[in-house]
Amino acid sequence: MENTFYTLHDFFVFTKGSAYILMGVILLGILGFWLFITGRDEETFIK
Amino acid sequence: MSTAAELKKTWLTPFNIIVGIILLVGGFVTILRFTKGLAGVTNLTDNYPWGIWISFDLLCGVALAAGGFTTSAACYVFGLKRFHSAVRPAILTAFLGYSLVVFALHYDVGRPWRLPYPFFVQSGTTSVLFEVGLCVFLYLITLFVEWVPSALEWLGFKKPRNVIVRMTLALTIFGVVLSTMHQSSLGALYLIAPSKMHPLWYSMFLPLFFFVSAIAAGLSMVIYEGTLSHHYLHDKMDKVYLSEHEGVTFGFAKGAAVVLVVYFFIKIVGITLDNNWHYLLTGYGAWFLFELLGFVALPAFLYAVAVREHNACLVRWAAVLTVLGIILNRFNVSLVAFNWQLPSAQKYFPSWMEIAISVFIVTVGLLVFRFIATKMPIFYEHPDFREHVPHEGEEEEAPEFVEHELKPHPQSFGH
Repeated sequence: MENTFYTLHDFFVFTKGSAYILMGVILLGILGFWLFITGRDEETFIK
Repeated sequence: MSTAAELKKTWLTPFNIIVGIILLVGGFVTILRFTKGLAGVTNLTDNYPWGIWISFDLLCGVALAAGGFTTSAACYVFGLKRFHSAVRPAILTAFLGYSLVVFALHYDVGRPWRLPYPFFVQSGTTSVLFEVGLCVFLYLITLFVEWVPSALEWLGFKKPRNVIVRMTLALTIFGVVLSTMHQSSLGALYLIAPSKMHPLWYSMFLPLFFFVSAIAAGLSMVIYEGTLSHHYLHDKMDKVYLSEHEGVTFGFAKGAAVVLVVYFFIKIVGITLDNNWHYLLTGYGAWFLFELLGFVALPAFLYAVAVREHNACLVRWAAVLTVLGIILNRFNVSLVAFNWQLPSAQKYFPSWMEIAISVFIVTVGLLVFRFIATKMPIFYEHPDFREHVPHEGEEEEAPEFVEHELKPHPQSFGH
């Protein structure tokens, strides 16, 4: 019977890897959020 | 109608009656607290040495008083002078907030007369609590000095007022540094208890969570306090304050929206780095999601929509949600998630006297705020000390304010 043995190294590889991917999502998310907030500012500016 | 009857009619308003009852009950419990000790009035135990007086009066009080350093930093450090009229109300709120924090500490610590010991007798320089205490002590002095010009203008002391006003930038920078340190250190206090706190709230980023959420709380509190002041102290505001109010509301709403989104994302990063996703499916997870989605993500979204649609009413609702969310977060960290593995029979719930003291302290704060805001130049510029430079096309007339409010301006003082 096979038992999977996870080490601390495995844990960090998994969590840090997830965090790196999340960072990309966050960067795009904040950029989108900022564009959403300031969208009408630009319309006012063009007028 | 006789004078006595008129006086009775003037004083017996619903507000005064409620405040009177709160002050009487608060005074009674205060006597009990200092004659019978902590055990006589609180439900604190060895498992819960910190109760509602720390959770609400201290943690929430400090977070909600963050409007002082955020507003003055925006105006004097980042040069956003359009927020200038919001600085004095924000500084006053912060000064009273921190004063009440220290006032509340006198109830909570066993021997309040030893509060200065860590600084002058036995410094525990390796303790996070020492840093928090020192920062709060220094920041309270800083806020007092920042607030004092309004009192000096009211009293007519021109020279000392001008000396202090020249120190504004230095005081602001000092305040920002101290606030950054102790707002985060309040979160760091809980780093010592990883086995007692629920993993969803415990994180190595607790100091960062506390600091970032305090900025959102401060910005929202300025909006909320401005709304209440607009309603109840409208006649004490001059044209400059009233004309800048809308810009302050939307400017701060935009800032709060961004800060809340950043806070939301770093909370997600915290869960990811600790790999706590599986806890979200438990009862505590549901409560955590209620806090995160209902009081962080929702107000961030509401702020964004309100700024985009230019809807001031929605901004105010978002501010109320954010303020409630910060209170909920501090309660969750210090009480709900704390000792989460204890049987429910051993959990802490505050006694009515603890709640009465907290209500008493908030009421004292409201009364002092109302007294200062109606007497001193908080929402208007004193005509002898005008700093406002009219914008292009703006009339250069003196701001309107109630003349009698300037009367306690004894000419015999100063000059």
